[in-house]
Amino acid sequence: MDRRTIIKQISIMTGAAFIGGEIFIQSGCKSDTSKLQPVSFFSKEQVSLLDEIGETILPQTDTPGAKSTQIGSFIDKIVKDCYSSEQQNILLSGIEEIKSGFENKYSISFFKGEASQREEFLNEVNTNMIQKNKNKKKDDPVHYFLMLKQLTILGYFTSETGASQALNYIAVPGKYDGSYPYKKGDKAWATQ
Amino acid sequence: MADTTYINIKATKQNNYDAIVVGSGISGGWAAKELTEKGLKVLMIERGPKHDHIKDYKTASLHPWETEYKGLTTQQQREDNPVVHRGWAATEPVMNAWVNEKDCPYTEIKPFTWWRSYRMGGRSVIWGRQSYRWSEMDFEANAKDGIAVDWPIRYNDIAPWYDHVEKFIGVSGTKQGLAQLPDGQFQPGMDLNVVEKDVAQKIKNHFKGQRHLFIGRIANLTSDLPGRGKCQYRNRCWEGCPYGGYFSTQSSTLPAALATGNLHIITGAIAKQILYDKDSKKATGVEILDTEDNMTYEFKSKIVFVCASALNSTWLLMNSATDIWPEGLGSSSGELGHNVMDHHYNLGASGKIEGFEEFYTYGRRPNGFYIPRFVNLNGDKRDYLRGFGYQGSASREGWQRDVAELGIGSDLKNALSTPGGWKIGSTGFGEILPHHDNRILLDKRLYDKDGLVTSDPAIGKQKTDKWGLPVLSMDAELRENELKMRKDIVKEMKEMLEVAGAKDVSVWDSGHNMGHGIHEMGTARMGRDSKTSVLNGWNQVWDAPNVFVTDGACMTSSACQNPSLTYMALTARAANYAVSELKKQNL
Repeated sequence: MDRRTIIKQISIMTGAAFIGGEIFIQSGCKSDTSKLQPVSFFSKEQVSLLDEIGETILPQTDTPGAKSTQIGSFIDKIVKDCYSSEQQNILLSGIEEIKSGFENKYSISFFKGEASQREEFLNEVNTNMIQKNKNKKKDDPVHYFLMLKQLTILGYFTSETGASQALNYIAVPGKYDGSYPYKKGDKAWATQ
Repeated sequence: MADTTYINIKATKQNNYDAIVVGSGISGGWAAKELTEKGLKVLMIERGPKHDHIKDYKTASLHPWETEYKGLTTQQQREDNPVVHRGWAATEPVMNAWVNEKDCPYTEIKPFTWWRSYRMGGRSVIWGRQSYRWSEMDFEANAKDGIAVDWPIRYNDIAPWYDHVEKFIGVSGTKQGLAQLPDGQFQPGMDLNVVEKDVAQKIKNHFKGQRHLFIGRIANLTSDLPGRGKCQYRNRCWEGCPYGGYFSTQSSTLPAALATGNLHIITGAIAKQILYDKDSKKATGVEILDTEDNMTYEFKSKIVFVCASALNSTWLLMNSATDIWPEGLGSSSGELGHNVMDHHYNLGASGKIEGFEEFYTYGRRPNGFYIPRFVNLNGDKRDYLRGFGYQGSASREGWQRDVAELGIGSDLKNALSTPGGWKIGSTGFGEILPHHDNRILLDKRLYDKDGLVTSDPAIGKQKTDKWGLPVLSMDAELRENELKMRKDIVKEMKEMLEVAGAKDVSVWDSGHNMGHGIHEMGTARMGRDSKTSVLNGWNQVWDAPNVFVTDGACMTSSACQNPSLTYMALTARAANYAVSELKKQNL
């Protein structure tokens, strides 16, 4: 990691740079409340729901999906420790919205829905999010589904499964080749 | 390293040394190496804790999945370290490197971002490693432009010391034969990638050989050096390199100094003041404060090297010999604390490069390309003085790319499991002119219990750090010359990317607070006249010739090249001069 890499990442995340990238300092009582924080932020049921949402965003293909990496627990940890309370609230109401929205539409809980129904539903949520983002003003809150997507992607591709199966991970390259041959479909590197 | 190297303040019997070096960073490490190798008994003082080579690089070999927050920082860390979180350098593995901001406050009359690393090795462990020589035109610039004061040295004075430093630390790079960026003693340069090579050629052709893009000159090894392995292309330098692949105090100068048997080190000790004897007009040593129990101790020495980082070195001078000079040792010129500089950046351009889909990169190169200064050179004339350089790179996007517009499901997963297209981006680093009104000072204002400034001594008191020591206040900003230059930095980069065939070129200028470039310089400048400068041409404090200040504080102008290599060369030069003067009994 160095300045150049960071600059690259910032430019990549422009417009969506909320994952740990935002400075959100609340005045007042932070340090007092931190002592009272529960061991986990989400309920057990919510963590299971996050597992299922994560699996819908990054499903099992020829490599394992996000659920196999305990994506729900990962999201729980990041949201508990790295998110501001405002961001936490957005996400909290967001997953409740997914839960109730799914039940209203399919008359069945998200847990029991078919994979195809889940994908159809979250695709709609995603499309709505993209629409809303187009009209988003600078200070408008980040959409909860962008948070979910980014958290799922971060958790999955930095997991052992994601990094070494979905992607190609080499801990110690030992050399640099700036014109390394690439064939369409070859996996991307896990780390930059 | 042997335990006897680190001395226990309370138990030590020895408090007399030939030399005391304040600080263990890039400059302090070099001072210790040169002085001990010349036979001096040296005490190095470091205010932070030990940080041993390899052993203490706790995260350096963790796999991504072994990290707790995958690189993110926590809300608690943001709250505790707001300054570090202003920029890009607050990431999980390096949070321990940064200063405890609560314990070590400073105040900002104007916004100033001060990046400090208080532990053994200082910022040498986390520096960007870009290593460029200054040129004759940089040392001549102040005199030619009538800005500030003239440098007391020229390129020829420092060139042999650049040689000395580069050979020892290992700088990889390529020779270019440019007057504005002299070549050095390089190890083989790293490679540009296929896109960067193409862009370099297009820029060269379009600008008829007047602009150059080549691989960064960097203190990462491409050949082994004694005791150090070459770069393994992991791109995790900031966490400390288990191979010793880049220069740091720990990997390079400290082992050399320790090998002499002449070095003692105290950690957890703040240099509180330089002890000064008004009869001999010389320093007699350094008073230190033990950060664990607030006790103070005196250590005596024949010479003192002040290498505490630019602003802290000046802080130390400001707190020394105040019975003679109320504004501190070196203040007789009226320039101590003034002329603070930095490199202004936080601006540049990026774009997409089409094609090259049959190429990727292997290995994580911890380096990018460099485009040296081309303005106000060779007949080019702008409406501002001096110039700027660029650093950047091209790469294929990875799974971190913007996903806002992508769908979900297996298509998303498959897309992110393969590399995206090529992007190229570059950021400018511009020279900041020395300006007398850009200054740092000890904050002597009174603050009430709510932290508001008051003039009432009944309800207000001075701000101090955890140990009751005075704190710095920053009062510096970019001025007209820099602001004009910034427009040009963005415009020229955009043009070069377009010339190179980049698409969707976008530019950014996020503004620049002083200090944000982490190249803080000045505040105890070198000069030819004791009435207008703090240090002479050998980095000696005019008012105490056995005190040498050789870090960024000494800089008379800032040029636009990354400055650390110049600090090293100046330090080595001053140390060798100090030893020869000691032998002649002139100090």
